[in-house]
Amino acid sequence: MHIPDGYLSPQTYIPLYGVSIAFWGMALKKIKQEVLMKHVPYLAMAAAFSFIIQLFNIPIPGGTTGHAVGAGIIALLLGPWTAVVAVSVVLIIQAMVFGDGGITAIGANCFNMAIVMPFVAYWTFRLINGSAHTGTRFYAAAFCAGYFGLTAAALSAAFMLGIQPIIASAPDGRPLYAPYPLSIAIPVMAVEHLLLFSIIEGAVTVMLLKYFLKNESDLLYSIKKTTYETV
Amino acid sequence: MKQFKNKLWLGLFIMALLSPLGIILPEKFNAEGAWGEWSVETLERILGYVPEGLKRTADIWKAPIPDYNFFGEGALWGAKSLSYIISGALGIVLAAVVMYILSKLLLRNDK
Repeated sequence: MHIPDGYLSPQTYIPLYGVSIAFWGMALKKIKQEVLMKHVPYLAMAAAFSFIIQLFNIPIPGGTTGHAVGAGIIALLLGPWTAVVAVSVVLIIQAMVFGDGGITAIGANCFNMAIVMPFVAYWTFRLINGSAHTGTRFYAAAFCAGYFGLTAAALSAAFMLGIQPIIASAPDGRPLYAPYPLSIAIPVMAVEHLLLFSIIEGAVTVMLLKYFLKNESDLLYSIKKTTYETV
Repeated sequence: MKQFKNKLWLGLFIMALLSPLGIILPEKFNAEGAWGEWSVETLERILGYVPEGLKRTADIWKAPIPDYNFFGEGALWGAKSLSYIISGALGIVLAAVVMYILSKLLLRNDK
């Protein structure tokens, strides 16, 4: 879902840069307010984890590939605002150093994977989990957080790609940028994520949450929030 | 807590060592790249043309290590796998250092 250079029209990628910059500003402020100095190593690890998990391309036999992003578990452990920054750092490095995702599309890709994904994951978890601290409901909530977080990111990317033929075509009617309409982009991205990639993301989210609950339960932002505050 | 963190760092670098699975499995299962991330050449093959605007901006940036691969597309699998592992380790270090410095700067004056 790393949109490359050339797939989005300037009418799309410039406003999305604006949106992402606004979220980065808010996220940095939130980190300043909420994060403790002793947790800084975990923030570094979160970014590292998101980078490395994205290298594990999962094949659909005879079809396409996709991968987990890790933004769901980061949002549950360190909060959605921290996830915004950690995953954005990763996406910017991927674009600049490894050519994965376009330079012009950094705003768009950050919007999908570093903004839509962690917030959908976080609120899905809060909604399903209520105030449980363990048990089936807790882990079901974690699975759904990863599952719907990644699916939402994929749908957002599909929407951006799918509206390009409406926004700009050449005089001969051919699209100028991403060539496939919404009627193709949305179903393709939805199905491949709902049936495979998002399941992997959900499973990763559950496994890591379980692991942290056992070893470093102090970290769990999503639980602390439900216990001490009503946001 | 220190021990736990060391374990996590170790886990991350083990993931880097295993990362070539992310290019070998798609090859084994005959899967192409991700949907909507085609190269200009692939687009030309599947569409029969390259959209004008796309052609103009597609190569706007020359990444130093394109596709996590130092040796180019025709490289042997061993070389590609090694590239992938090195890119993975490099990415872990880069992402962690940037995030570490950024958060240290933000929290500098308090806590």
